[in-house]
Amino acid sequence: MGTTGPLHGIKVIELASERAQFAGKQFADMGADVIVVEPPGGHHTRTYGPFADDVESPEHSLWWWLYNTSKRGVVLDLDTPEGVAAFAKLAAGADVVLEGEDPGRLDALGIDHTQLRADHPELIWVSVTPYGRTTSRANEPATDLTILAGGGPAWSCGYDDHALPPVRGGGNQAAHMAGMFAVMSILTAFLAKDVTGRGQHIDVNMTACANVSTEAGSYMWHTDKITVQRQTGRHATPVLTMPSQVRCKDGRYVNTGFPPRSVKEFEALIGWLDTLGLTDDCPDAPLLQLGVERGGVSMTELSTDELASAIFGAGREAMVFIAQHIDAMEYFETGQRAGIPCGIVASPEEAFEMPHFVARGFQVEVEHDVIGRSVRYPGAPAKMPASPWGISRRAPKIGEHDAEVLG
Amino acid sequence: MLGALSHIRICDLSGQLAGAGATRFLAAFGAQVIRVEDPVRKGAWDIVRGSGPYKGEPGLETSGGFNNHNVEKLGITINLREERGKELLRELVAVSDAVTENFASGVLARMGFPYDELARIKPDIVYVSNSGFGNDGPYSSFKTWGPIVQAVCGLTFESGLPDLPPAGWGYSYMDHMGAYSMAVALLAGLVHHSRTGEGQWIDMACVEAGTTFTGPDLLDYTVNDRPLRRPGMPDSNHSHSPLMAPHAIYAAAGDDNWIAIACRDDADWARLVDVIGERWAEERRGDSLARRVAAQADLDARIGAWTSGHDRFELAARLRAAGVPANAVQQPGERIEHDPATTDFGLWPVTTHQVIGEMPADGVPVHLSETDWEIRNGAPCLGQHTRQVLTEVLGKDDAEIDALYAEGVL
Repeated sequence: MGTTGPLHGIKVIELASERAQFAGKQFADMGADVIVVEPPGGHHTRTYGPFADDVESPEHSLWWWLYNTSKRGVVLDLDTPEGVAAFAKLAAGADVVLEGEDPGRLDALGIDHTQLRADHPELIWVSVTPYGRTTSRANEPATDLTILAGGGPAWSCGYDDHALPPVRGGGNQAAHMAGMFAVMSILTAFLAKDVTGRGQHIDVNMTACANVSTEAGSYMWHTDKITVQRQTGRHATPVLTMPSQVRCKDGRYVNTGFPPRSVKEFEALIGWLDTLGLTDDCPDAPLLQLGVERGGVSMTELSTDELASAIFGAGREAMVFIAQHIDAMEYFETGQRAGIPCGIVASPEEAFEMPHFVARGFQVEVEHDVIGRSVRYPGAPAKMPASPWGISRRAPKIGEHDAEVLG
Repeated sequence: MLGALSHIRICDLSGQLAGAGATRFLAAFGAQVIRVEDPVRKGAWDIVRGSGPYKGEPGLETSGGFNNHNVEKLGITINLREERGKELLRELVAVSDAVTENFASGVLARMGFPYDELARIKPDIVYVSNSGFGNDGPYSSFKTWGPIVQAVCGLTFESGLPDLPPAGWGYSYMDHMGAYSMAVALLAGLVHHSRTGEGQWIDMACVEAGTTFTGPDLLDYTVNDRPLRRPGMPDSNHSHSPLMAPHAIYAAAGDDNWIAIACRDDADWARLVDVIGERWAEERRGDSLARRVAAQADLDARIGAWTSGHDRFELAARLRAAGVPANAVQQPGERIEHDPATTDFGLWPVTTHQVIGEMPADGVPVHLSETDWEIRNGAPCLGQHTRQVLTEVLGKDDAEIDALYAEGVL
């Protein structure tokens, strides 16, 4: 339990689940008192790797560690009347109940949210399910992969070569999207409670979360029934575009951003070439200078004005030229310093180790007695100085807080 | 209907998707989100305003994307180059609960509105800034778009097939997720304010928010010293965490048609074997997860050969009926118009826009039982609500407003 976060003092009972645990983590790291309830033997996600020191035990699951920071943990057997009664008692004393059970399972166990909410009108009860609780698909099986495939993201992700399959974005994103919407919704319900005095039920539909998180994939359809097509490392579009992900000298990739259009942008690119000492070697440099002299290029003239088109193309070629001559990290840093928005395609660990994020305090140390050392975690998604985010404790061991919570 | 957030007013200087997507959520729940745009450049700072696809003739008011990202907001114009314009913004801040923006770091301060000034005007203001790299640190001056944020934070790298360049995300995923992170920060700041009376400046670095979405891979590095940049990785159509096999996207009958199939455990595998009904599969019915993982390339080839003869929707339905997680890789029109997971949920409200007329938009993927969202109004036209807001919120009369227009302040 944190003592400083914006949600300090809010009590959350989380029924351990792959679908809801990211929302619970955010509440806990923002200071709420989150108690995660597991079945005897520990929750299923403790069997998910990778494992600390590659020891495959429920206390070494890095999945469990990541998604359960700052929570306390208890064990209850919901297949027994005693377990159900204990859960109902915990829920009755909570501000929020967070669960990701298949629709119908809790009702079958006699844990009926409508009854608990009738008895405790201020309670906020959140259900996270793959298809929403009331749609005709509510009871169909799903995983992260099938949600991203059916929900839109996969159609937009992959390669220029459509003989290759669409790609699932990595990192467990179906649960991350749903976790964000769960937290946004619960906080909204809290603010509503300031006025109404009442809690409510929140139905989070993971497939719907994916559907509204596909940018142009959806709004091109809304606008004119246009279908986007996937491309390597850049936006899916109705008409194929030029690559923006370029391989650098060291074999790593950068995202070059958009080629210059305005005078200022052409000047930035010329200045960057100069800084790198590459101007004389770059065959496109003279055209960039023309770009400055003619006052930039506008997108609308590209199809009609050959010179404008050549100048615009030269901007892109110059960026590729630079990439061929320097390493990806140098491209990113020197390009940005020259005023060109661009980025290295970093692996998560490379991002994590960038001195910028270290300087901002993004790396957070958490002590882990199980392995006898501390572990670095990703830190605050946003800095809130009056109510700081923080990891108050490592993820709980199985039943670690039974005595203090259940008495 | 009383909205969940009808008592909240946001002075919203944000735009694009990374900012507009945050305040959109609050607006759908009834918050009064007053979007402030620049009359001189006709709101062009937000490149989505005026960008295609267009509903009707190309122009400032017909962008389908802008309509989608700005539903239920009020739109006003203030020329912040003019002292009188700055004064108007001060008046608006003084009666707002929060100020939101996603300019590059430091821009709003240079316009004359650093946090100290906002807090002088309204001591308990909740101010949320969302920039690529945040307000301090060696990269704070660096500028980003969604594709750059997701490249630097690790998400682009995590998405791809082995031995190929990163596939990344075919859209600005981190504009969505950055917007959600911004909304969480804003709402948490408002909750903190409602409980303590205290405001604050919340500094969000979108790249940091992105790294919090990279999942357990990062701990494999910090704990086990195992980087994700290693041979054979990423491999994101397979499932390494949790370990599953078979688990991939397979070709189905037709052109560029695909089906995703995932076996969570031995029981799912046995069910899949039943549906496949071919001898090669039957012979492997008893294979353990470890054996299936070891033979994954061969399994993928055999399953792909089988799926390629089937209609993806018919096969996915048959697999799900058998208990195996499966879905067609759905194209936009299929998931928006024909999937009960969205249509039964009421996910696509029809908005009315002053110029565009009626157009569907993304809804909110949750339902609240007592104070649910409502989306009916499309995005505001440039300055559509200037007179209304100046009258109703700032108490100006028509003569004052006419004079402000005449002076080029609005």
